Amino acid sequence: MSTSVADRKSKGLIWFTTSFVVLWVFIAAGPFLWTVWGSFKVQPDFFSKSDWTNAIYGVMTKAETGSAFTGAGYYGAWVEQEFWRNSINTAIVVFFTVLISLTLGTLGGYALARSGYRYAFWLLMIALVFRAMPHATLVSGYLLPFFEWNIWGRLSTTIIVLVAINQPFTLWMLHSFFLNIPKDMDESAMVDGCTRFQAFRYVIIPVMWPGVITTGLFSFLLAYNDFTIGAVLLNSENQTMVPKIASFLGTVRETGDVMFAVAAAVSALVPLFFLILFFQRQIVSGLTAGAVKG
Amino acid sequence: MKHRTFFWFILPSLAAMILFIALPTVSVAIQSLFVEHEQVMVEVENCGPFKCETVLQVDNEATAALQEDAPLGRFNGLGTYTNRKHLAFEQVGVAWNETESLGAFLSELLNLPFYKALIFTLTFTFVVTPFVIVLGLGVALAVNTVPRLFKGPTIFVSLLPMIVTPLVGALIIFWMVDADGVIGATLQRIFNNPNLSLKASMPLTWIMLIVYGIWSSTPFSFIVFYAGLQTVPKETLEAAKIDGASRWQAIRYVVVPYMMPLVVFITLMQLMDNFRVLEPIVAFQASAKATSLSWIIYNDLRGGDIPQFGSAGATSILTIIGVAILLTPVLIRTWRDFNRKRA
Repeated sequence: MSTSVADRKSKGLIWFTTSFVVLWVFIAAGPFLWTVWGSFKVQPDFFSKSDWTNAIYGVMTKAETGSAFTGAGYYGAWVEQEFWRNSINTAIVVFFTVLISLTLGTLGGYALARSGYRYAFWLLMIALVFRAMPHATLVSGYLLPFFEWNIWGRLSTTIIVLVAINQPFTLWMLHSFFLNIPKDMDESAMVDGCTRFQAFRYVIIPVMWPGVITTGLFSFLLAYNDFTIGAVLLNSENQTMVPKIASFLGTVRETGDVMFAVAAAVSALVPLFFLILFFQRQIVSGLTAGAVKG
Repeated sequence: MKHRTFFWFILPSLAAMILFIALPTVSVAIQSLFVEHEQVMVEVENCGPFKCETVLQVDNEATAALQEDAPLGRFNGLGTYTNRKHLAFEQVGVAWNETESLGAFLSELLNLPFYKALIFTLTFTFVVTPFVIVLGLGVALAVNTVPRLFKGPTIFVSLLPMIVTPLVGALIIFWMVDADGVIGATLQRIFNNPNLSLKASMPLTWIMLIVYGIWSSTPFSFIVFYAGLQTVPKETLEAAKIDGASRWQAIRYVVVPYMMPLVVFITLMQLMDNFRVLEPIVAFQASAKATSLSWIIYNDLRGGDIPQFGSAGATSILTIIGVAILLTPVLIRTWRDFNRKRA
């Protein structure tokens, strides 16, 4: 194919797009780098009124601790404020939410993908409406009944609520993954005498893992990133990481303690960083799966 | 699939959604019709050294018993909806009659908590969404031209603002733009005004929140558009070039029309997500200058010592109505598509 004039990129265009991408990378990653670096400084450095380069070189940190880096914020958050308790709570909530969401979601998503009836479409539409409900409105419906039944504040209650809130999205996503698995596979198993459940168990389950893993990543994100549900439904003993970080803001105003919140926030970033590192491809394909089917 | 099998497969998922999404909506609607009990007052004789006087005191025991008896509170009908904290018909009527211009009327509305939250929520939703779409497409087109080697790392970095916990992401931005943060302090120096604080002025707070919204949502539309760009048929683009289309014309008349279904998808997701904005307001501690519908519900439940169930319920129902209005065009469109496919 011969290169037409329009195919050849002008110097100006290359310069423009490259600088645009560099700018975007800077805007997207800069705040994270800045905060991760600053979390190892003392407050007068990270929030320096006189000179912002103090946060980079750690002038005050050197003066206060003798070294340019300090783990004081992390010590304060994890040991003094017992942030490790919250991280264990988060681990429990996230693990069970993902596990239960996927179990319910694969069954439901499979059924929706294989049923040609009109009600399957309506269920998907209702799920879409449920997906749009702001979490704050749902939470205000839970609180009073949960107080009355005495199940408020427990991790198990929060897990069930997160599973339910996760269902609409999980159903949509797995439904579109199951549509991609040819109908002939399970139908031929049924011709050979399998029941519908056996066909699902022995034919579909072995081939569904890529879709399930992608959906699981998003369930993980929803449970891990949740603020509204955890903040309202958990008592202080069972609090997860994100509401705890929010409560740092309200309680610790004295000098130095803001750094607890900074350290805790950076700590909460770490699992997400590794999640993207290992599952970038699945996340991208999951984001676009909905769009292509949409 | 047989109806019976379908039912058993979908049952667990459906039960979860009915119990924890549909029923709470009913519960919210019921709550919104009630208000908290008034405190039971008793007359107590207080005798000092010189004289006795009777004072009114809260009878804690009786109040608790009443609360125990009827946890919902007392029936109030639609009273909560029309009071000053919600639709405030009376105050709006007064404001409408007494103000001369539309601007003055709007600034009166901003003093009423519900309208303040509604106006911010709508502004946030309808400013962030178009920005996110245009910027996302721009970034996708630009990233598409960089050498393959750099694409992976660029996408990795781009995912960060979207994947990150909203509260944490908002805090990270807030710590930078706060008066002592790197951006905030630099702005103070540029404008030579040591008291300049983005949090102190309403327009600046709104802009700050909107910028955060754009920053955290652009990656989503970028990824979707970027994946869409890979599927634009090369033949069509080449045909356009042979016909003499410039690079810009090829984008305008070939790529953009091809992206339209994605635009609809992103718009839908963004409208849903931006309408529920809550975390940035908590993180920026911006509630004095900007509140959202989700925030006033959250504040009713967690702000004071006693949760205001009635008030939170009424706001929730109004919010759900808002979501329904927002979604109607999409639902109608999907319904038509579905019927066309069947026909």
